[in-house]
Amino acid sequence: MATTDVVPRESTGGPGHKRIVNDMSIQVATVNGSGSQSSNTVLLRSIFQMGVPVSGKNMFPSNIAGLPTWYTIRANKNGYIGRKKEIDFLVAMNPETAVEDTMSLAPGAAVLYDEPLALHKLRDDLIFYSVPYDKLVAAVCPEAKLRKLVKNMVYVGVVASLLTVEMAEVEKAIRKQFATKMKAANLNLAAAQAGFDYAKANLQKRGAFYIERMNATAGKIIIDGNSAAALGCMFAGCTVVTWYPITPSSSLVETMIEYMKEYRIGPDGKATFAIVQAEDELAAIGMVIGAGWAGARSMTATAGPGISLMSEFAGLAYYVEVPGVIWDIQRVGPSTGLPTRTSQGDILSTAFLSHGDTKNIMLFPCSVTECFSMAPEAFNLAEQFQTLVFVMSDLDLGMNNWMSDPFEYPTTPINRGKVLSKEDLDRLGGFARYKDVDGDGIGYRTLPGTIHPAAAYFSRGSGHNEKAQYSERADDFENNMERLNRKFETARSFVPRPEITKGNNAKIGIIGYGTSHWGITESRDQLRDEYHLETDYLRLRAYPFTREVHEFVEQHDRIYLVEQNRDAQMLTLLKLDLKPELTTRLRSIAHITGLPLDARSITDELTSMEGK
Amino acid sequence: MGTTTVEPGAATPGPKTNRIGLTVMDYKGGKTTLCAGCGHNAISERIIESMYEMGVQPELLIKPSGIGCSSKTPAYFMSRSHSFNAVHGRMPSVATGAMLANRKLVCIGVSGDGDTASIGIGQFVHLMRRNLPIIYIIEDNGVYGLTKGQFSATADLGSKLKSGVLNDLPPIDTCALAIQLGATLVGRSFSGDKRQLGAMLKAAIAHKGTVMLDVVSPCVTFNDHEGSTKSYKYVKEHEETLQDVSFVPHFEDIDVEYDPGTTTEVTMHDGSRLRLRKLEEDYDPTDKIRAITRLTEAHDKGEVLTGVFYVNPEAPNFIDMLNVVDQPLATLPDSMTRPGKEVLDAVMEELR
Ligand SMILES: Cc1ncc(C[n+]2csc(CCOP(=O)(O)OP(=O)(O)O)c2C)c(N)n1
Ligand code: SF4
Ligand SMILES: [Mg+2]
Repeated sequence: MATTDVVPRESTGGPGHKRIVNDMSIQVATVNGSGSQSSNTVLLRSIFQMGVPVSGKNMFPSNIAGLPTWYTIRANKNGYIGRKKEIDFLVAMNPETAVEDTMSLAPGAAVLYDEPLALHKLRDDLIFYSVPYDKLVAAVCPEAKLRKLVKNMVYVGVVASLLTVEMAEVEKAIRKQFATKMKAANLNLAAAQAGFDYAKANLQKRGAFYIERMNATAGKIIIDGNSAAALGCMFAGCTVVTWYPITPSSSLVETMIEYMKEYRIGPDGKATFAIVQAEDELAAIGMVIGAGWAGARSMTATAGPGISLMSEFAGLAYYVEVPGVIWDIQRVGPSTGLPTRTSQGDILSTAFLSHGDTKNIMLFPCSVTECFSMAPEAFNLAEQFQTLVFVMSDLDLGMNNWMSDPFEYPTTPINRGKVLSKEDLDRLGGFARYKDVDGDGIGYRTLPGTIHPAAAYFSRGSGHNEKAQYSERADDFENNMERLNRKFETARSFVPRPEITKGNNAKIGIIGYGTSHWGITESRDQLRDEYHLETDYLRLRAYPFTREVHEFVEQHDRIYLVEQNRDAQMLTLLKLDLKPELTTRLRSIAHITGLPLDARSITDELTSMEGK
Repeated sequence: MGTTTVEPGAATPGPKTNRIGLTVMDYKGGKTTLCAGCGHNAISERIIESMYEMGVQPELLIKPSGIGCSSKTPAYFMSRSHSFNAVHGRMPSVATGAMLANRKLVCIGVSGDGDTASIGIGQFVHLMRRNLPIIYIIEDNGVYGLTKGQFSATADLGSKLKSGVLNDLPPIDTCALAIQLGATLVGRSFSGDKRQLGAMLKAAIAHKGTVMLDVVSPCVTFNDHEGSTKSYKYVKEHEETLQDVSFVPHFEDIDVEYDPGTTTEVTMHDGSRLRLRKLEEDYDPTDKIRAITRLTEAHDKGEVLTGVFYVNPEAPNFIDMLNVVDQPLATLPDSMTRPGKEVLDAVMEELR
């Protein structure tokens, strides 16, 4: 449906106006470090518990406390959980941004503000509700010190009342949020209740937006992508984790530490893993490579600046053929860029990360479910192909809360790849590390510590022959590089296949990946409903590109490649792979603002390029 | 030589073997491609001997290295051990990863003064802090051999390149640094001193923690001339030895008397004994401050000070601190690394 339905302007209010049910976005503007995160989560959960599909996106500053931050909750009965551009309901808690936030709203939107801000004077085409927060908080929170923290919970009650979210659900969400802290739970509940009661008694509902109970979230979970990835890695059998803190990847490892401490302790009370905070990303990747070489399932998590530092080592791993998994939770570059904003800007640099003819396998999760399920896949691929596998998540996916079906227990067994044991060596007598015995480009390796006189081989980043001996011979070098290429070609049929959704006789194809998926799916509906434009859609899930990607391009007149960077990075990568005559079919819809890509931006650009 | 001589059988005098039944040939590497006379070759020889004499299982040893002439040497000793010639200055992280993966391994990391004290100083510093079980050897010639003789950061103030260029920056003393940062067996030796270097290497093998050995190892091609402070001649003329170092392995039943007044005996982790007969009366190798003071004095006096500067066999090492299971993480069965379905179900329930 159209997201731009305008709420009729009402100066009188009163019943009988248009109702928009379970389709809205609420923006909460606060100051970071003020405890608003709990309130936002409680509001999100309350709506979720009403059975309404919901997503939450945190737009926060690169700062610890005191700067503006915005949290947007989108409730949508159709299950659109991408970002929506328009704000329908503003909760203005931050005096510093209140005026600008209010001025930027579309007519008809609602504003809930702290009484002293007197925002109602700014415009007469919005709906205003004012609440005396300080008074309400003082009444329920005798301890002055804590008032600042629970003040935010008051708006949760007010919003619940105004949007008809049941107070019982708010209570349930608060109890969950403060599960282990009884006193805090009670205090916050009192604050929310005070807001709820105040609104009931003093505010007259005038907006068109309502939350009504439906049944679209039963059995679902809410989780952020980094936690999902952490869980995935734990179930993938990861044994060595190294890291250097960087937003937005830190929470992946920090959450993993929590899970591993709980669920990966052996019978003797000792850890079945090692997690090491390294001195920088050079050391983090070096440790991953050392561990992978010695046989551990090793990984690190980082973001663009870390990826750049890892470049030299990435080439070593490619050439020496060492497994490892690297999570890149992409943020906005170049340089420090916008460290707390999302992007898909590391695609090209990661594909070829390092000097020489290095090529790396990449996976592109679009959802928390895939953050979980691609983790064991990434480790299996890394060990099967004896190479680094980069999982290209992003800040939007990694740090925001997403609704999802519960994750399924991995059914694919752990695959350690071609590793020769002592018994194998007894049988074979010896082996040549880089010999293509099976024709798939993948050699056999041994692990240090294999007690057999023929087990050892020499790993080196310098030129080597099949037997891993030093060689500067032209033919040795070329043969080896060709074999590595063969290995990469083999990977094409092992990496996750794309997901293809067909329209009705569509001539136009859309290709997307990662979190752009959410804007794309919604945009395809807009294109169909508003422009009668049918599209087919292919969601990339891995590099190297599989056969289906080529076929998809062949089957369509025009292909729109949607992504969140400036320079059409995936399009460029795809061009290198396609037959030259097909490359002219590709068009780019590449956007980067730091905010998750919304459907409307895709629709507008695609229709204008289609001459609509 | 000495410690492992087995009385040859009456009739068939087979090749000499060590305590695990291997011959010294089992510890050999490929043929060296370094310059004839390069100090690094002598160090490889000492490594072969000490590994053989200590009876280290070659397959349990790993030999990571950085980049440089020195870092090439793992190709020239112990071919039955896995090697990893990594990237310039980053061997510590690779070694750390490997030791995390398999705590049963013995690790000898080979580096150069360029590889360690310039590009690799960051990783070196953090390796020392962790007290990872590793023998870290700097084959120290004061120059970048492989890139044809530029000064490294261990070159002494006032030393001269072949071209006549003078070094006007003070050297980094990697031993003082290692002691200050937390390495638990630290010493300096000379590639040409068979006895001292051999004993120090054996002590290193017996130690469970970070061993940092700076071995002065002349580069005959680029830094062995008049005006160099890392030449054979200069070292011979300026070497000051702290102790007479000897080593009694745990598997040897020798009980030679010694005078506790003149000799410090350190019992190593595996029961071996490191004996340091003092040549300088009041030197105590368990006193960090004394060690650093003495090293500073040596620089001021232009001495090449050798010996065991610091030892502490008791300090907890990194792997122990991580409290990991006793088996190598690398080869844990899936049943220990993939929790059951009930765990996932419980986590999902919490997230509902
Ligand atoms: C990133 C990088 N920068 C520079 C080099 C070039 N390089 C190779 S060896 C070396 C210096 C080695 O000096 P040292 O560690 O003292 O070893 P030596 O050859 O003296 O034994 C340099 C600068 C390199 N291999 N990698
Ligand atoms: S250049 Fe110097 S360091 Fe390199 S092999 Fe020759 S003598 Fe040794
Ligand atoms: Mg050198």
